[in-house]
Amino acid sequence: MNTIKYEPIIGLEIHAELLTITKMFCGCSADHSSLLEPNTLICPVCTGLPGAMPVLNKKAVEQSILVGLALNCTINEVNIFARKNYFYPDLPKGYQISQYDHPVASDGWLDILDENEGTRQRVRIRRAHLEEDTAKLMHKGNFALIDFNRAGVPLLEIVSEPDMHSVQAILSYANKIRAILRYLGVNSGDMEKGVLRFEANISVRPLGSQELNTRTEIKNLNSFRSLTQASSYEINRQIDLYNNGLDVNLETLGWDEVKGETYSQRGKEEAHDYRYFPEPDIPPILVDRSWVQTISSQLPELPDAKNKRFMEEYGLSLQEVRSLTYEKEFADFFEKVVTLSSSPTKMIYNWLTGEFTRQINERNIDIQKIPVTPENFAQLLDLFSSRVINDFTAKEILVEIFISNKNVRDIISEKGLLQISDENYLTDLINRILSENPDPVKQYLAGKESLFQWFMGQVSRETKGKSDPQVVRQLLQKILKNNN
Amino acid sequence: MVISPIDTATPSISTDTVRYIAYLIRLKILDEETKVFSQQFSQIIEYFQLLNEIDTREVPPANENCPMNNVFRDDQVLPSMSREEFLNNLPQHEGYYVKVPLIFDDR
Amino acid sequence: MELYNLSIRKAHELLVKKQISSVELTSAVLANIHRLDPKIRAYLTVVEQRALEQARKADIRLHSRENITPLTGIPYAVKDCFSTRGIRTTCGSKILQDYIPQYSASVVEKLNNAGAVLLGKHNMDEFGMGSSCENSAFFNTHNPWNLERVPGGSSGGSAASVSAGLSLFAIGEDTGGSIRMPAGFCNIVGLKPTYGRVSRYGHIALVSSFDSVGPLTQDVYDCATVLQTIAGKDPKDGTSLPDPVPIYTTSLEKSINGLRLGIPREYFQAGMEAGVETVLQDAIRVFEKLGMQVQEVSLPHTRAALPVYYLILFAEASANLARFDGTRFGYSTNQKVESVIDLILQTRQEGFGEEVKRRIMLGAYTLSAGYYDAYYLKAQKVRSLIREDFRSAFEKCDVLLAPTCPTTAFKIGEKKQDPLTMYLSDIFVVATNLAGVPALSLPCGFSEGLPVGMQLIGNHLSEEILFQIGYAYQAETEWHNMHPLIT
Ligand SMILES: [Zn+2]
Repeated sequence: MNTIKYEPIIGLEIHAELLTITKMFCGCSADHSSLLEPNTLICPVCTGLPGAMPVLNKKAVEQSILVGLALNCTINEVNIFARKNYFYPDLPKGYQISQYDHPVASDGWLDILDENEGTRQRVRIRRAHLEEDTAKLMHKGNFALIDFNRAGVPLLEIVSEPDMHSVQAILSYANKIRAILRYLGVNSGDMEKGVLRFEANISVRPLGSQELNTRTEIKNLNSFRSLTQASSYEINRQIDLYNNGLDVNLETLGWDEVKGETYSQRGKEEAHDYRYFPEPDIPPILVDRSWVQTISSQLPELPDAKNKRFMEEYGLSLQEVRSLTYEKEFADFFEKVVTLSSSPTKMIYNWLTGEFTRQINERNIDIQKIPVTPENFAQLLDLFSSRVINDFTAKEILVEIFISNKNVRDIISEKGLLQISDENYLTDLINRILSENPDPVKQYLAGKESLFQWFMGQVSRETKGKSDPQVVRQLLQKILKNNN
Repeated sequence: MVISPIDTATPSISTDTVRYIAYLIRLKILDEETKVFSQQFSQIIEYFQLLNEIDTREVPPANENCPMNNVFRDDQVLPSMSREEFLNNLPQHEGYYVKVPLIFDDR
Repeated sequence: MELYNLSIRKAHELLVKKQISSVELTSAVLANIHRLDPKIRAYLTVVEQRALEQARKADIRLHSRENITPLTGIPYAVKDCFSTRGIRTTCGSKILQDYIPQYSASVVEKLNNAGAVLLGKHNMDEFGMGSSCENSAFFNTHNPWNLERVPGGSSGGSAASVSAGLSLFAIGEDTGGSIRMPAGFCNIVGLKPTYGRVSRYGHIALVSSFDSVGPLTQDVYDCATVLQTIAGKDPKDGTSLPDPVPIYTTSLEKSINGLRLGIPREYFQAGMEAGVETVLQDAIRVFEKLGMQVQEVSLPHTRAALPVYYLILFAEASANLARFDGTRFGYSTNQKVESVIDLILQTRQEGFGEEVKRRIMLGAYTLSAGYYDAYYLKAQKVRSLIREDFRSAFEKCDVLLAPTCPTTAFKIGEKKQDPLTMYLSDIFVVATNLAGVPALSLPCGFSEGLPVGMQLIGNHLSEEILFQIGYAYQAETEWHNMHPLIT
């Protein structure tokens, strides 16, 4: 009984807030960052006051078309908005303006790499439709508090087919969608601000079976962590049920972060009777070919294309390239440095993904706001590769430019950090050190070769780390030999 | 509760259906009202059956065939309204928030 | 003539010549309100001090001789379905009984900018659902021609007010006859403009696809004056039409000789009171005398108009009224509630009247899972056929003539218990809302002492022709100059 292997079948809905300046149907700013005071970005339209009417933000439609194109979708010629009717205090009009049977885009696909199997896999995209975001609710004791700053912000809901079969695959898919949205400049990717939210549809079946079992839907997953944890919890829960001869119920689930469990959000049966009908306040949107062409000409190079080009142009492996292209700004930074710098590309790659990334992570820097200019970083690398400064100094300067972005040459001259490779100076210094330490010299000559490193360290200490280690090594070898 | 199978030929709206749609539209109705509504609704829906005499197989719905299309706003910020006035109109608020009683998560 | 019975045109003349001031005119109308409104009950709210203040400002404007419009200094009122900043707006419903909006409807803004003086808000059927004003949550309005009778609805307060000299004009809203029908019952002029001609922004929506904002006035000239002030594209209403607005008043005297007047066969077969039909036949003879070519036309789907209208109304209204939930504005129950669902259920139970409940429940029913195609979609398809009826009728004629209502004003309470019979009184008016075309209701005589109205129905954006024909008719007749004697 325990030997039955199960295959999960997972589809994902991604709700992405679009990066428009204003809300979807009114002129209120869409910038509802958590720093703002509640209910400051509101008007009759987005708070649903009697008599207010929606007027569609053109930018939201254009951004949606752009995403549809990037996800290889058909852009539908006729877009019709519909009212999705349900009552909830975060939904001011008692209906959400959404798209129902005429979404902006449908029938697309996205290729992902399943990290487990290392294989490329195609996930079909059923549709992408525009809708308005709800207000933000906070529970407080026996009450709930509502902030309407978020109400009416445009959301694009991207719905995949149930084509994923592992938690790794959903993670790859979600990450890739995030990267594409960021490349297109239509979503900030800032997970902490809730600009991407997930819903996963999950069922499992015995491996090799073709039937579809009952699925459950986990709502309101707001981070990659909760997406993966909730999905793998749910997959295991369903497998356990089947293994114990029980059935899975068709239901909507929530995710309890603290307990690490999914829980039933069993609603009344009417919960899904949304009574959709076409929104009479918004005339149909006709998307003609020339409009699509104009938007399509704004499509930037997307991650897959960039990966391919980087591999070809820079001779890096796919693995290496992907660590550069995950964030568009990082890939752009890399390319600028490559253009500006005469150092080897591989070295640039190593520095960027090594020390540079460490600085970014340690300092919790937003990738969109790298404080170092590519010019300055390129100069740093070039001074290092032409051995004007050594490794130790280069790292020290990197820290410095992350703080101030001062010109690298200025830092070097201010702090006197030029590398010492003057052979006469270093010969004198080594002779002095050896004469001051006769015992270690004796031991070294007697065969304790590990003391060589100790002599290197002494030189470095005397020069405060500025000595050129290559020159020192050569001189030290020569002088010790002569001492013999 | 689910609405009984569609039979638009002989429409009749039961008191159970009246209760269901009342909840759907968030109206608390009294038991004695359901009977009256059930009768009135059946009569009204019955009257609507005369539309079934009209052949509309080849006819597009009027609302998808608007005289106007593509009406947009530019993505430009307009001033928001006064929060103080908004808060003053609220039945309940706490600080700068709209306040409502406990929500049972049954969306 | 009393100042409160002046037409806009005449009052404007006197204001510009400085024979009267706006404060005098406004005061006279306010005094008439004090005298008569306790009997008529046209007003839900009167803003006396604010009106006098606006009148003073209008007088300054009139004195400066700058930026004077034909409505500067003219006192008017709006149906209580228009949002008015700082002034209670109830929509005839308990659920908004103390609601004071933060913003004004675009039509109110436009009239304000033109210098018109807002007197207050008119009674109406709750959310526009009714044909008699009996569905107001507050009180009945009485027909100035016979206080025991209804003024029509849903813009009943507005029609009664203009008829009785309680405002020089009014702004109403017509979803399925709500301007024309009370205008007919009260012997005044009412226009349902082309859908989209006047902005709906700030009008508390009943049926977003049908709602048309328009004037109620004493005569056609005034109607043209008001429409040219309030019409036009509004960036806040995505369904408002971008077409330029003509200066209607400059072309009113254009000859109507040779224009073709269509008489829809089905409307005369559908049945109307004998007295109404007699008066209509008289009117047809006047049009013939004016040189119009009268011919019969057919609107084959007339019988379907009423069910189509109500099906779409129920559906859209059920969504439009969902926002009244007691959480953000307006009435909220005083009962102790356990949860927000209870709050919403209880507030709506207490706040909505019976007709509203009936209609939004039917809307939820016809839209609910599995029923959409049979009801809403079917109705929208038949609506296409009705539109097509009008399109082909307007290939044969320039305007259509029809009664506004099959009867004259009925007695208060007479039809209240029978919703279906009440719906049937809308039979002649709803088709125009389905087609989105304009229709002008005019006084055309009396039957047993009660006014009879007729409507001229035109093609899309043909308001100019409707005004020309109406103006020629009024030059030939005196019905519109008759005022009720209220004792
Ligand atoms: Zn807003």
